[in-house]
Amino acid sequence: RMGQAVSDDTYGHADGEGEREGDGEAEGDSKADASEVPPATDDTPECLNKALQGLSSRWKNWWIRGILSLTMITGFSLLIYMGPIMLIPLVMAIQIKCFQEIIIIGYRVYHSYDLPWFRTLSWYFLVCVNYFFYGETLADYFGVLVQREEPLQFLVRYHRFISFTLYLTGFCVFVLSLVKKHYRLQFYMFAWTHVTLLIVVTQSHLVIQNLFEGLIWFIFPVSTVICNDIMAYVFGFFFGRTPLIQLSPKKTWEGFIGGFFSTVIFGFIFAYLLAQYQYFVCPVEFDSETNRFAVDCQPSSVFVLQVYTLPAIVQNVTRWETVTLYPFQIHSISISSFASLIGPFGGFFASGFKRAFKIKDFADTIPGHGGIMDRFDCQYLMATFVHVYLTSFIRGPNPSKVLQQLLVLHPEQQLSIFNALRSHLREKGVLTE
Amino acid sequence: HRQLYHFITDGEDRLGLTGEPDGEADGDSKADTPEIPTSVDNTPQCLNKALEGLSSRWRNWWIRGILSFTMISGFFLIIYLGPVMLIIVMTVQIKCFQEIITIGYRVYHSYDLPWFRTLSWYFLICVNYFFYGETVADYFGVLVQKEEPLQFLVRYHRFISFTLYLAGFCMFVLSLVKKHYRLQFYMFAWTHVTLLIVVTQSHLVIQNLFEGMIWFIVPISIVICNDIMAYLFGFFFGRTPLIKLSPKKTWEGFIGGFLSTVVFGFIFAYLLAQYQYFVCPVEYDSETNRFAVECQPSELFVMQEYRLPAALQNVLRWKTVKMYPFQIHSVALSTFASLIGPFGGFFASGFKRAFKIKDFANTIPGHGGIMDRFDCQYLMATFVHVYIASFIRGPNPSKVLQQVLVLQPEQQLSIFNTLRSHLQDKGILPPPRPEAQ
Repeated sequence: RMGQAVSDDTYGHADGEGEREGDGEAEGDSKADASEVPPATDDTPECLNKALQGLSSRWKNWWIRGILSLTMITGFSLLIYMGPIMLIPLVMAIQIKCFQEIIIIGYRVYHSYDLPWFRTLSWYFLVCVNYFFYGETLADYFGVLVQREEPLQFLVRYHRFISFTLYLTGFCVFVLSLVKKHYRLQFYMFAWTHVTLLIVVTQSHLVIQNLFEGLIWFIFPVSTVICNDIMAYVFGFFFGRTPLIQLSPKKTWEGFIGGFFSTVIFGFIFAYLLAQYQYFVCPVEFDSETNRFAVDCQPSSVFVLQVYTLPAIVQNVTRWETVTLYPFQIHSISISSFASLIGPFGGFFASGFKRAFKIKDFADTIPGHGGIMDRFDCQYLMATFVHVYLTSFIRGPNPSKVLQQLLVLHPEQQLSIFNALRSHLREKGVLTE
Repeated sequence: HRQLYHFITDGEDRLGLTGEPDGEADGDSKADTPEIPTSVDNTPQCLNKALEGLSSRWRNWWIRGILSFTMISGFFLIIYLGPVMLIIVMTVQIKCFQEIITIGYRVYHSYDLPWFRTLSWYFLICVNYFFYGETVADYFGVLVQKEEPLQFLVRYHRFISFTLYLAGFCMFVLSLVKKHYRLQFYMFAWTHVTLLIVVTQSHLVIQNLFEGMIWFIVPISIVICNDIMAYLFGFFFGRTPLIKLSPKKTWEGFIGGFLSTVVFGFIFAYLLAQYQYFVCPVEYDSETNRFAVECQPSELFVMQEYRLPAALQNVLRWKTVKMYPFQIHSVALSTFASLIGPFGGFFASGFKRAFKIKDFANTIPGHGGIMDRFDCQYLMATFVHVYIASFIRGPNPSKVLQQVLVLQPEQQLSIFNTLRSHLQDKGILPPPRPEAQ
């Protein structure tokens, strides 16, 4: 009876596929969710339904998933074609949808629809945290634009203070909104909101920071995760025998390993394809003259073909002495490995979460696939990993950001840094005066 | 439902929850009717004997008073010892973390999940490692340059921290047991929220400390003063209740506390701002391997003359007044501590009511746990940090220099040129000499 200690809250019974009403069964004991499977709500468009009428249920589901996957991938490619100006709103939209899905689950679990303040507060905190993060990142990238406009300068200079004040207001409103009978419930929802913000919003901002480094740092990781998803599913479908983990009975070792190898190969090839185009490889910059995003640069050394001498063993086998690769392809192997080996833990976490709260999918947004969150559960760790990888192994600090900080210092401090930098550059031979 | 909260009397009886895991299963909220369990009394024997004669209420008052005095003396002693306070901050942080996690265990009866205790402490270590690495690396820059292994740790710091955290995350996923999913997720969330509150704040405290000990001492003193003053004013003059959450707080206490704290802060700031020991940024001297506080005090801590507005001039018959600019900032800090700081206390009160506990722990007789003493400090540390970052100082020069030295040579050169023309414009550097030698 361990899990029943907290029967102060009623467990929302939402075992069906997408019943969104607040009055799920109050669940006193965990045995209530026995083998009754409520009728599924089917969001599939009519046209698809007609086309697939003849097939059996299993194949029908397979086809629906397949078609929707193809649609999503096509849509994704289209958005990439349109460039950063579409991708940033896309990331925002996904973030908001994920946040909404998780918060709704919280409401259902705790039957907390009767606390109207809480919905407002959750959205308010979402706006605050987004404001904070966007201010921190955008101020750097839109530096020139910011210098021109006076009100923007004020907002940037006191950005942290303004964000903190906004957050504090929400905090104080929360404290004032505590109602006698609902203390515990309100604290639960408060914690739920904050943990959700921590996961969803932080990740989405890391995604955007990665994107500004170069579209390839956005496209490639996302594609690797999608590929791993699909490949693991396909391998599992055809060859799956040994279950992988109790949490997700549909996953198998065959799928896991097959997915790993095929993802590494796919990543290697895809990296080669993408690294040739400046459009993907160059950092995204905001051109203040044309007021548009520009991707134009001298590709960094990571994206320039280099000749590597193969180790002796491989030379004997393949009879090549050297091989010409982009260094990025070597990085792609680590990214693919992470996506295949550690990424699934994000999926297991989400599976455990769904089992803990007895829901089948996060929501019903995509037919055959569940909610947006279901598609992105493996992406969570990926964005953070790529960001950490970038900052540790690829690039150093952002030069324009460093320059901005320099210009804000006191003149004496600037002078001392100037002297230190001058002697450093002289030592390196870069400066010859 | 008054009887639900009958537990929470005004300190007459210590209703410490005895730390045994088999507290009442809070299966139904009506079970906690007016039975008051025997209190666990941590008061040392000597105090008990000395206060034998007094009535229960005054006895409690004296115990609280003596302990307060002891804590404040201890605080001053630690200030005297200097930046050793770092260790104190760490200790307080660990104790607060432990108190909150223990409450989580009790609420959810999750003692049977042994992995979880290990994982919570592991996450605490990870997050601390991450934060200390970020801050310490800046301040101990010279020391770090000398030692090779430290350089490696600093260079790949984020990656190492992330890997450590991931290991814990994967352990958590692998430790999920079929019947206990929800419980485990609750504890996971509980741990993370606790880390967010406790560990982040303590690191902001340390960052404030490095700015100058005054930025550590004054905010904490102000919060303590507000606590004591609000309590005294409420004790003697309190009539109108302030908020349902904390029935002991009154408007008289609130306002009296506010005004007296502002006055106290103003005077205390004046006293502290005169000493270099408090005012200078803490630096680590790599030659003597000690912390040093020695500097030219910034303009905040140099007496300035202010002209009083005409209205005040007529009243006081002074034309100008000499103050430290810091004293003006102290008014802002005091105002925050008195008006917004209590919300941290209300939050903690609400939390204690929500989970039906009287105090966070029994560590300090008469006062409860460490967390009870620090609940109003939460927001203060963040506020001071944000205040400093926004209004007082700019970026840290040594950190900026470090970042510059990491860049590519071409980028360094372009920054060098921009900086040189900037300095020349400002007249700090001599203008460019003509080509001939």
